[in-house]
Amino acid sequence: MNFKLKDIVPQLITVTAVVLVFGFFTYNAQINMENRGIDFGYGFLSQESSFDVQFSLIEYDGSHSYFRAYLVGLLNTILVSVIGIIIATILGVIVGVARLSPNYLINKFAAFYVEFFRNIPLLLQIFFWYFAALRALPLPQDAEAIFGVFFLTIKGLYVPAFIWQNFSVFFYSIVAAIIAIIVIRIHAKRVQENQGKQIPVFFISIGLIFILPLLSFLIGGVGISFEVPVLKQLATTSFIYEGGVSLPPELIALTLSLSLYTATFIAECVRAGIQGVGKGQKEAAASIGLTPNQVLKLVIMPQALRIIIPPTTNQYLNLTKNSSLAAAIAYPDLVLVFAGTALMQTGKAIEIVSITMFTYLTLSISISLLMNWYNKKIAIQEK
Amino acid sequence: MFKYLKQLTSLVAMVAVLFTFTTESMAAKKSKTLKNTQKKGFVRCGVSQGLPGFSNADAAGNWTGIDVDVCRAVAAAVLGDANKVKFTPLSAKERFTALTSGEIDILSRNTTWTLSRDADIGLTFVGVNFYDGQGFMVRKSSGITSTSQFKDGISACTNIGTTTELNMRDFFNSKGIKYEPVAFEKADEVVAAYDAGRCDTYTTDKSGLAAQRTKMSNPDEHIVLPETVSKEPLGPVVRQGDSVWEDIVRWSLNTMIEAEEYGITSANADMMKTSDNPAIKRLVGAEGELGAAFGLDNDWSLRIIKQVGNYGESYKRNIADTGILPDRGPNELWTKGGILYVPPAR
Repeated sequence: MNFKLKDIVPQLITVTAVVLVFGFFTYNAQINMENRGIDFGYGFLSQESSFDVQFSLIEYDGSHSYFRAYLVGLLNTILVSVIGIIIATILGVIVGVARLSPNYLINKFAAFYVEFFRNIPLLLQIFFWYFAALRALPLPQDAEAIFGVFFLTIKGLYVPAFIWQNFSVFFYSIVAAIIAIIVIRIHAKRVQENQGKQIPVFFISIGLIFILPLLSFLIGGVGISFEVPVLKQLATTSFIYEGGVSLPPELIALTLSLSLYTATFIAECVRAGIQGVGKGQKEAAASIGLTPNQVLKLVIMPQALRIIIPPTTNQYLNLTKNSSLAAAIAYPDLVLVFAGTALMQTGKAIEIVSITMFTYLTLSISISLLMNWYNKKIAIQEK
Repeated sequence: MFKYLKQLTSLVAMVAVLFTFTTESMAAKKSKTLKNTQKKGFVRCGVSQGLPGFSNADAAGNWTGIDVDVCRAVAAAVLGDANKVKFTPLSAKERFTALTSGEIDILSRNTTWTLSRDADIGLTFVGVNFYDGQGFMVRKSSGITSTSQFKDGISACTNIGTTTELNMRDFFNSKGIKYEPVAFEKADEVVAAYDAGRCDTYTTDKSGLAAQRTKMSNPDEHIVLPETVSKEPLGPVVRQGDSVWEDIVRWSLNTMIEAEEYGITSANADMMKTSDNPAIKRLVGAEGELGAAFGLDNDWSLRIIKQVGNYGESYKRNIADTGILPDRGPNELWTKGGILYVPPAR
């Protein structure tokens, strides 16, 4: 052991200082709360919440507990984050590639999109998509049907609901297809390594994912029917659609603004990633006889992804955290429901804010871990 | 050696910060809030983000409203000048935390007095400056004239963090109506969404509805339904634990109401010093030593009346003359058929 005092002392001082500062704040908070007669405790979580929430993925109303209200908010946050991340990624990749297009129009349009959307504050964009776009939508009674079954109105997007028969058979057919695809992939890889023969895995996969569920309809007794939304009158000029599924305009506006905003950053990551792969790589790959598709799939993308993934992870985290701006437009996310209404009704500021912070921390760290795992998988394997 | 210099300085700074904090909290005396207010030279008052008649700022940043007048009355009593108030606009969500954390000293922001708020979260309500009740606003063209015409599927816009959210549930549940609550953080956003047609009805305190109606793109297209579905006594709030400050705020409000009862106005207050009625003389500081109990001089109540006016003047200036609620309804004095009744100042 080679301990030296000068190595340890600064660390000791830092640790002591951190402990002191935390201790001081905890102590101070305790004294202040005691002076003002505020109790500290998480017991309120099991109390009846007695407020309703507009939109929930699980069954909830005011007779459920505050904890249930927390779950409602959390699930709504996860919902908007997941949809947002998926759309932002697809859009980001398309725009990122488009920025490198030799086609002048596509190139400039993508550049314009990126510069426009990333330079306007997100909150303003949310307000725009909610308040400005909302006013432009028709009232339910004036809405034109899209494909005869969708209705986009100021009160939300109404879509038909699926009514399944033997849904489990359909579900298992998809699971079976996925397992089959994985088996074929492993097999194809082995065949290629041993015999150098290539199996068109992609087309077989596409075929499987369509044919197996289709078979479940034909011989598995799976049936599907639609419940189409129907206009219902509430008062002389007040209408609503009943039946089907209704997506609140708050969810649509929030998803739209979050994905359009984040996609610009992802597009830049993608562009940087592709440009970061040396030109020589492409030329070398072409010179050994790979087709342009193979060049992209086997040479460019694996290297580009290494550059793209870490900054894109940041963007996923940003999107998740930015979803808390939902409170401004009444989308019942974690901040609005739990750190908003529940906090106000219980007055348990420290407890609720700490739970909310911890939840966002957990969400962000989960995304980070997942992306780090993926990053490690595609990183250069040192042998 | 330079390596540690940085760490050492930050440590010293941290210790210094610790000491200042501890010495200050030890200096807490009888009414810390009063002392601090007098030291700072202004009253720190939390108000709404803009509710005409209650607390609203004009283009020049001057605050007016009956909630604002409560804070001005306290400033007149404590500091001698009704204008020495620093207003902090707060959302419904922020208001209590701002008060309990000590960012403001009075919360005068159309806040409903309820048991759980009074008892649970370190607050004390000092009185009622407006008796209100929750109501519903709808578009005239909808043909709805009563809440009994509400049907399943109705969407209702409101604010989060208010008693409104709870009352709304109680109301719709008791009627067995399925409804869609759309709750925003700011009142302006609620109004914008309702005005755009997002909701069929807008629900909040009736005074709030009347005030917000003036902000709609076309106020005449909207009506407030006659039903009142809850009791909403609105009043100023202070932090729990400083009973002297609590008394000052309570009696500043009471002074305004009692002054109206005895006909003392900002115009005639000085002349009232020679009145024959001892109750009036006490209110204008010509008899008794009422201010001493709070550690104030004897003219504290006279200053309130002279600088801010009595409750009736404040109501007329802010709510009646602005066309929000010309009829005082329950907010009339008990002697005139209302329910405004305050304990005597003696």
